This record gives sequence, C-alpha cells and structure tokens, in this order.
Amino acid sequence: MTIFRSHVLMCSGTGCVSSNADQILARFKEKIKEVGLEKEVQVIKTGCFGLCESGPNVLIYPEGSFYSHMSVDKVDEVVDEHLLKGRIVKKYLYKESIDKDLIKSVDEINFYKKQKRVALKNCGIIDPENINEYIAMNGYMALGKALTEMNPDEVIQLIKDSGLRGRGGGGFPTGVKWSFAARNKADQKYMICNADEGDPGAFMDRSVLEGDPHTVIEAMAIAGYAIGATKGFVYVRAEYPIAVNRLEIAINQAKEKGLLGKNIFNSGFDFDLEIRLGAGAFVCGEETSLIASIEGHRGMSRCKPPFPANQGLWTRPTIINNVETLANITQIVLNGSKWFRSFGTENSPGTKVFALGGKINNTGLVEIPMGTTLREVIYDIGGGCPNGKEFKAVQTGGPSGGCITKENIDIPIDFDTLTSIGSMMGSGGMIVMDEDNCMVDIARFFLDFTVDESCGKCTPCRDGTKKMHEILDNITSGKGINGDIEKLLDLAYTIKDSALCGLGQTAPNPVISTIRYFRDEYEAHINEKRCPAGVCKPLLSYYITDNCIGCTKCARNCPVNCISGEVKKKHVIDTNACIKCGSCITDCPVNAIIKR
Amino acid sequence: MEKIIIIINGKEAQVDKNFTILQAAKSLGIEVPTICNDNRLVPHGACRMCVVEVKNARALLTACTTPVAEGMEINTHSERVINSRKTTLELMIANHPLDCLTCSKAGNCKLQDYCFEYDVTGEKFSGFDKDDLPIDDSNDFYTFDPNKCILCGKCVKVCDELQCTSAIGFSGRGFSTHVSHPFEAGMDYSTCVSCGNCVSVCPVGALMPKEKTKFREWEVKKTQTTCSYCGVGCQIELKVKNNKVVGVDPAMGPSNDGLLCVKGKFGYKFINHPDRLKIPLIKKDGVFNEATWDEAYDLIASKINEIKKEHGSDSIAGLSSARATNEDNYLMQKMMRAVIGTNNIDHCARL
Repeated sequence: MTIFRSHVLMCSGTGCVSSNADQILARFKEKIKEVGLEKEVQVIKTGCFGLCESGPNVLIYPEGSFYSHMSVDKVDEVVDEHLLKGRIVKKYLYKESIDKDLIKSVDEINFYKKQKRVALKNCGIIDPENINEYIAMNGYMALGKALTEMNPDEVIQLIKDSGLRGRGGGGFPTGVKWSFAARNKADQKYMICNADEGDPGAFMDRSVLEGDPHTVIEAMAIAGYAIGATKGFVYVRAEYPIAVNRLEIAINQAKEKGLLGKNIFNSGFDFDLEIRLGAGAFVCGEETSLIASIEGHRGMSRCKPPFPANQGLWTRPTIINNVETLANITQIVLNGSKWFRSFGTENSPGTKVFALGGKINNTGLVEIPMGTTLREVIYDIGGGCPNGKEFKAVQTGGPSGGCITKENIDIPIDFDTLTSIGSMMGSGGMIVMDEDNCMVDIARFFLDFTVDESCGKCTPCRDGTKKMHEILDNITSGKGINGDIEKLLDLAYTIKDSALCGLGQTAPNPVISTIRYFRDEYEAHINEKRCPAGVCKPLLSYYITDNCIGCTKCARNCPVNCISGEVKKKHVIDTNACIKCGSCITDCPVNAIIKR
Repeated sequence: MEKIIIIINGKEAQVDKNFTILQAAKSLGIEVPTICNDNRLVPHGACRMCVVEVKNARALLTACTTPVAEGMEINTHSERVINSRKTTLELMIANHPLDCLTCSKAGNCKLQDYCFEYDVTGEKFSGFDKDDLPIDDSNDFYTFDPNKCILCGKCVKVCDELQCTSAIGFSGRGFSTHVSHPFEAGMDYSTCVSCGNCVSVCPVGALMPKEKTKFREWEVKKTQTTCSYCGVGCQIELKVKNNKVVGVDPAMGPSNDGLLCVKGKFGYKFINHPDRLKIPLIKKDGVFNEATWDEAYDLIASKINEIKKEHGSDSIAGLSSARATNEDNYLMQKMMRAVIGTNNIDHCARL
C-alpha cells in the first residue's frame, strides 16, 4: 500500500459540484502529476464538508488547511506553494482560518468546533465511491457484529436502549418501531429507507447519501436482520442525481463483496436492496404515500391504522426509516447505547444534523449534540445574521414547523422542547430570519409550498390550506379585513384536527406560530395597510427624504420614469406610477430614499 | 363474534370487536355523517365528515377507518366534532356551484343534505378562487361536471375495486386535483365500459346520467324489480314519473350488490319507445299484420305439429334467451323435451 504524505480532499457534494468541483478536482490531479507529486500526494473526491456557503471547498491534510471559494485558476498556486514548497496559501484559506497571524486547522474553526459528527462521521473524509475507504473506517463491522454476535432481539434491544428517535420529523423511537415489525409473522417483510427529503432548505439526507452511502446500506441490512426483512428499498428522489449515482455504485460494490445478497458473513441471512426513484412529491416522504408510490400507485396518504409495521408495502410488515436515522445505527451497534446516550439529552439522545439557511453567515450543514441551544447554533456556529442585521426568528421543521423567536433562543434544542414552543424538529431545516423578513410573508411562503404539495385527497388539506393561502395573499396585498386573523386560526385548528396525514395536520403550523409571536405584524398589515418589515410590495411606498442632494441618479435609472426633480434640488417620487422595484434605493449615493 | 365494550356519547355499549367506529355507531343506531364511505369499498377517509373525538387521541379520527378498541371513549357529536364538520362542509360548498335550483341531483345530494343538517350556507369562505372547468359529455350515457366534484373518490374506487376497469383516477395535486382518465382525452377515449356504477355512487351532481326527461327526485316513484337483460338477476329500482320510467338506480340485490352493467343502468329507454312491439304480428303475403295472442299461439302450435308430423321431432330446435328468467328457461327446455320430444334445446349463454 502506498503511503502518501499529503491528502487533498475535494468536496464533491451537490453544492460544490455545481460550482465546478469536478473541474477543480481534475486540475488538481493534472497539476500534481505535472510537478511529479503523484506518488506523494493523493487527491480524493469526498462528500460534503457542511460549510456550503464557502464552497467549493478543499481540505489539505495533514495540516488541515481549509481552502474555501476555490476555483480552477487557484489550483496551480496551491499545488506549487502548499504541496510543493510547503507554504500554506493564506489568501485562499477560509476567512476564519486565520486568527491574527495564526493559521487554524479545520477543527479549530468555530463552525466545526462545536459540532459532534456521528451521522456525518465519514462525510467529507472518505471517497464515497470506494468501498475500501468505507471499510477502512470500520465500515461493515457493525453488520458483521450484528450478524455473528447478536440475535435480532438483541439488536432491537440495543437500539431501544440507545433511545434513538426517528430523525425524519416524527421523532418516534426507532427500536420500538422495529420491534413492531419484528413481532409480526409474514412470508415477506420489507425495510425501506426514506430518502425522499422534501423540506425546503433541508439537505442532510442528500449529504449522507452523497458522502457516505455505505453507512445507509449497512444500517438497512442490520435493520433487515433485526426485523426479519430480506428485501429493502431506498426511496430517493430523482432530483438527487449524484446521491442516486453514488448509491447505485455503493450497492453494486457491496453486492460484489458479498455484503449484500445471499448468506451475508456466512450467517444464513440474505438481504437484497433496490433503489426506487421518487418524482419529487413532498407527500411521498409520508410513509403511507411512499409505500403507495413504490407499489406504483399515485402518491397519496392513507389512514393509519393499519400502520406499515403491521401492513405496509404490498400489505407486508414494513419499516421505514429516514436516512439520518439509519446513519446513526452502525455507530450505535459498534459503540453501544451508553456511548450514544453520552451526547444529547435524556429524551433525545445523540446528535442532530441541521441545515442552516436563510439570513445566516455560515449556510450549510451542522451536526450538533441534542440540547445545544439555538443561540450557539445561530451565533457560534452559524456566525449570526449577515450585514450586522438583527436576528428576528428561526423557522425549524420546514413547512410543518413553526418559528422560534429571540425570547426562546436559549432553549436547548431537542424533540420535546421544540414541540412545546409551537415548532417541531422536523427533518432539521433551520431557516433564519432577520429584521428585514416579514413574518406574514414567511407564513404565506410556507403555505404556498403546502398548497402545492398537498396530495389533494382530504378536504381540509386540499381546500383548507388553499383558502388560508388566499386569506394570506389578501393580507399581504393590502386587502386584509377585520376577522381575517380569526378566520385563519379557525381554519388552522380545523385542518390540524381533521386532516388525514401528518403533512396536512402540520401545514397550518407556520401560520399559527407567526400569529402567536407576531400578531402585531398581521394587525399592521390588516388595519394600517402597512408592512413593518418593508417586504410586502403592494403595501409599500417609496419616499425621498430631505437628505436628497439632487444628483438625478435615481431619476435617470428609474425604469418607469416616476421620479422628477431639478438638478441639486430634492426629487419626488410619483407613488402612483412607482412599481416598487427598489432600483432608486440601490442607486442613491446618500441613502435618501426610504420605503414605508 | 367476540364483543368488546366501548363508551360512545357517554353510554357504555357492546359492539363487535372487528367493527370500525362507523360500523359500531351504526349498529347502535347512531348516525355518523359520511360522504366518501361505501361499505363495499376499502375505507378511503378522504371527506373527513365522519370525524369523531376519541379520548386521548391527538387529533380527530375518521370513524370509517378507525377500528374500535376495548374501553375506547368516543364522542360522535361533540362541539369540536361539529365545528370540524361545519368547516369541512364550508370548504366543500365554497368550491361547489350553488345551483341547487336547477341541479337535477337536488333532493338526492349528500352535500345538500349535510349542509342543511349542519346549517352551512356557503357564505363563510365564499369567493374561492376556483376554475371554471369544461363539462365532459363525451360518453353516450353520462356527463361529468368537474366543477361539482368534491373529490370523495367514490367513483374512482368503484371503478377500480368493484368494476375492476380502472378507467378513471386522480390527476393533479393539491387544489388542482381532479378525477381524470388517460391523457385527459375525454371519458369516451378511456377504457370506460359505461357501466355507470360511478354515476350511481356519486354523492353530488358531478356524474349524472344523460336523461331525456327532467325530473326531481321527490317526484318519482321507485319500484324495485329484476333487471330483464340477463339471468344474473340484478335488482334495480325503476324511477317512475307520470307512469313513465325516467331512470334506473341499482338496488342492493344478492347477486349485484348495488352494481349494474351498462344495459341495466342505462338501457331502459326501450320501455316507452314508440317502435316497441306490444302485440303479435303475423306475416301474410309478405306483410306483417296485427293479430291477437290466440291467433299467434294457434299458428305456432299448428306449424310445429305440422313439421313434427312430417319431419319428426328432431327437425325442431329451441333456442332460449338469457334475458328470460331461470324458471322460463326451465319451462322452455321441458317443453322441448316433454312436449315436442327432442333434445335440441340450447341457450344463448351456454359457452
């Protein structure tokens, strides 16, 4: 085996690949060959590092130098300086890597310092397309241990003891779920991995599949052994082509090595795995819809009971686990339930991956122990809101969750605390909003999503969310009337109480929570026809203040010529003709134009 | 059958262990409203009218899909339940034309009945942003008006689960969901066999038979009878107005269980057709002339006797009809064998 003195890790997650990671990787390989270092330096394509905001990212070990915003033209200099001459190219390093004159390694950067990687353990470290790298990181050891040293009941008991709860949203104890299917007798049982990640802004499942597909395969085989399923499906959305491709490669490699198929590890246990592509319907993340979709039917939810653990795919007992849940399994089997419980809180042990997005400096994926406070996530890891703006709220749980305001920012995050303050864990999306976000508009945005994604089966969700959306549309366009808030709440609680599936029952949450915490904003829209955050265009008017120096720049650039005034004298906007495009605000050199 | 105890609307009751809440309530004489439920179909749980309050359940549960359990405490008409049903109806009616004055379904419409029962006027959410969709009248026997459809799913499920034709399904998502057929090319271009079972189960005026005579549901007298088209013995209800059959509904007979085929459902127009033969005709010199029944029978008997005498019994054959009853068919073969003396008897349904 060749020992390399240096490793260049190229992030090849979807974010970096869309910013030319493949070309950068190719140039690294070429250039390293040109300078004759190919026997000393290894270039590896890895999964996502998490800090997507600064991509394309490159990590060079052993120094742990974190190069951000890389491009093809920077590669030669990095190879010449860093790899050939041993001088780290400071100017290309991630901005927080340099503290005064000290160069920090990647582990010392704030973004990574507070993280604890369990589900993302191998992401950004191994080559996801090479099974040997996975095996080198103790891959398939957990499967070996389960099949040769444990019986199915012991596996289930271990997962129960670990307290692992489903990471897809519901937070149901995984071990308990497995035991339901295990005790059912059937000619065939199925194990399904739910990789139909649909929450806007959440991409942890994609990242695991792209960066560490074998961990999902291994965990599915362990789960299959525990519940008595010999057949598994990974239901993954077709919009994740890189994930699908790497998963296909991984399944083939596992089959070649006998880690999938007949008589795995000579234990007599058979497990076969297939991929099913979803067409991107949000509702297919709901387990009964997902099952319908695999069966070839329209993705529509059905009433439970019967629960899938009793009657699932083709009416056989079926367990459906989310990708991130499965990504914890191998670690629990290898390290034990006590180890897993050493992170997180009593009722929510372990870690959780969150996708930070919206008005936050460090957009990306973070994995933190449960019980970390929102403040730590948003300020210490996320770096706070950009441009010094004030934090207003954070939406957790995507369109099914709710917003959390400043007053609750010090609450430790876990399944139960989030629910108690009117939000939910969901799959771990965290969309940060600052003072410039209108909460009515945010509620409308999320409802827009659920209206589109409702399967159309039950009346409250299909017609009720549409009606709520219409009311919100009216409010944000200045047509709100007295009683709209009450009508919204009436509809919201009926939908919550009577919709068929989880999607419908949680769809009104963003409206309920924004009314709960920002009722004054709703009232300002309805009663004063004013959008306090200055977002809802129909409610805004642009004015020029006395600060105007009469430079005429705004008047010259206005696309509808609604600004008039003489040179060096205060200008005026004809608010009736104004289309509120905002170009005057951008153009004004003295910030004399305001919207209110 | 094993019984369990449930507490329903504050009263203890014994019900079958395998019942759903809806079945249990019905067995106890408690009416729970439902639009999408049909005992013959797998419960759909879509309309949300049958929601009930079950103690310790997070949300309301649909009575049609939830099995009863020992000690379950159910409230079928609590304030929370009534409010939910009212809002559901308000949503349905807000997205449904209020043309009950001219709609032929009036009087036989579940939406109308429940809106009446729950005092729902359609004003609460009026002004719904809805599309005006074209009516599909491509099928010869029925029309489909998607504007009136409340998406209860009964038509789709009857076609799929009972008729097993699967000609229709759902298309679109969310508010755009609609009942549809392959490639949206018109119902006539689907695999539809025009059995009309979808029309029979439609709770509103979305699927309506093409009828020549206008009638109101309360104007017709219903008479149950056996369909005369074949020997299955489907039970039908003839709707009669002014002594004229104006429509047919399937009845719950043992052999048809509320289903019909295209002939039974739509093929009743011959009854009052002017071309229908009501008296026997005898051909003389190449022209049909009206005759009495006695003249006709006498002619048949004399001809048969003549042929039998001249050419023997086996020169005569009888062909019986599947449209006749079993008893008539039995008598026919008896007559051929015992009276005429031949085994030459056959039947159009003998395959």
